[in-house]
Amino acid sequence: MSTIGSTIAGTIRPERPLASGRNGERRPLSLIFLMLLWLSLLIAFGVLVTLVITIIIDGQGQFSWRLFTEFPASDPDRAGARPAILGSAWVIGTTAVMTIPLGVAAAVHLEEFADKKNWFNRMIELNVQNLAAVPSIVYGLLALAFLTMLGVRDKNIVIAGALALSLLILPVIIISTREALRAVPQEIRQGSLALGATQWQTTWRQTLPSAVPGIATGSILALSRALGEAAPLLVLGALVFVSFDPNGLLSGYTTLPIQIFNWTGRPQEGFHQLAAATSVVLLGLLVIMNGLAITIRNRYQKRW
Amino acid sequence: MTDTTESTTAPTMHLQARAADAFLPDEPRGILQVENVDVYYGSFRAVTDVNLKFGLNEITALIGPSGCGKSTLLRSLNRMNDLVDGARVEGKVLFQGEDMYGPKVDPIEVRRRIGMVFQKPNPFPKSIYDNIAYGPRVTGMRVSNMDDLVEEALTKAALWNEVKDKLKQSAYGLSGGQQQRLCIARTIAVKPDVILMDEPCSALDPIATTRIEDLMHDLRNDYTIVIVTHNMQQAARVADRTAFFTALADEGTGDRTGVLVEYGKTTQIFEHPVDQRTEDYISGRFG
Repeated sequence: MSTIGSTIAGTIRPERPLASGRNGERRPLSLIFLMLLWLSLLIAFGVLVTLVITIIIDGQGQFSWRLFTEFPASDPDRAGARPAILGSAWVIGTTAVMTIPLGVAAAVHLEEFADKKNWFNRMIELNVQNLAAVPSIVYGLLALAFLTMLGVRDKNIVIAGALALSLLILPVIIISTREALRAVPQEIRQGSLALGATQWQTTWRQTLPSAVPGIATGSILALSRALGEAAPLLVLGALVFVSFDPNGLLSGYTTLPIQIFNWTGRPQEGFHQLAAATSVVLLGLLVIMNGLAITIRNRYQKRW
Repeated sequence: MTDTTESTTAPTMHLQARAADAFLPDEPRGILQVENVDVYYGSFRAVTDVNLKFGLNEITALIGPSGCGKSTLLRSLNRMNDLVDGARVEGKVLFQGEDMYGPKVDPIEVRRRIGMVFQKPNPFPKSIYDNIAYGPRVTGMRVSNMDDLVEEALTKAALWNEVKDKLKQSAYGLSGGQQQRLCIARTIAVKPDVILMDEPCSALDPIATTRIEDLMHDLRNDYTIVIVTHNMQQAARVADRTAFFTALADEGTGDRTGVLVEYGKTTQIFEHPVDQRTEDYISGRFG
């Protein structure tokens, strides 16, 4: 019974001095594992950095304010992406207006009101999660079929593009809103209900306001995904050469990814540079949106 | 003089009950009454056949070991159990003579008249002022002056002097004990008749606990209070009457269910318990 190394129920702890000169954290296996982790990080980060640097170098010849102010032209040195930038703004804005209220409402119903044991609700839940993983082009085809059914002839309009992108990000918004609602502690709901508030008042005045930062973050990230999509819009016949500003929901449009896609396919070197420069603009927009999402999350994050 | 010598020489395990029950009627004047109540979660019966009468303007403590169903019973006294999937109450819970589980009863109104304070302080993520004003606003109370109501509620909860200069600040800046008093103030603001407290001091330090206990004494003049506590000294200090519960195993299934063992004045329960199980529990031999 005199030392730490004595037996307890038949087990023996090996007697080893504290200052053995070895470091358990520096054993070969630990080091190899640590190095593998670093390597993974390096590969992921390296690819990203290479990509960004490449397009910046490629596009540097065409960087100028002309990109924001001029219409596409047959001469790469006079062409700009103005209609694409405005078109992206129109489509994403419309998508946001259409999707966020719908997605939040669906999530509130599923999370706060629906009976979670009901098989129908559980099936919806499962399907929402599956829909979030469906490739974007499928939503393009879905929107195409839907609009054809409605008898819409010109499907290359802002509202049609927004419809396809809404379908694409609706499941993402529903899922992130549910996560945000679930993060609001049950005690807040109980406290409200115990005062004689109805479930509706509790949701509207306590749960939902507390979840707003999470909902905003999720929605912005979903919209930034929609911003980068070209496939569903191309399926709907979005224009690739637009020499006018889009001016309404029924207006024709092009977006940044489509413009980039179009320019990349041209034979002239100047257009390739233009595509690279426009990619940098698109990347910049995405960074700004994601930065906004992170700022909102950090700033309004609730510490319960 | 004799009183003090008595209490100093009392054995350590002996719990000194409050001496003020000379005015306590032998039978509680019931405002809230439980008749043959069983509470189920799905097919599991958590509480079996409880009969209790909670006296008007009295503090009643529900004590007993973990799993004896005292919190479950408490939550069925203002229909908070409705919110738990599969929970149901059989038997009658009468509030001012009316069965609160009757078909025409609005659970929202029940909860407004019978407020609840929870184990962990749960202020809303709003200002101190809005925490108090929330209840009156959502329940549609006609309030002539909200500022006065907020002051009254905070004063009654013995918190006004500490927070009067920072009413617009977040309730999350308060200490745990202050938060719990805020939750009591918030409950008072909707003018309930009964306040249910589910281990209100278990997350608080001894000083904050003492303040809440003092507060309960003050509130007894206006409200009927039912408190669940794990702390027997607390029951002895604050309660007029005490109900002791224990868990019994069903002979067939082995499922444990909560039953009421003994109910009486706190002095009687702690000094002359009738049931052997009560005596074992309060003297620390069990649970």
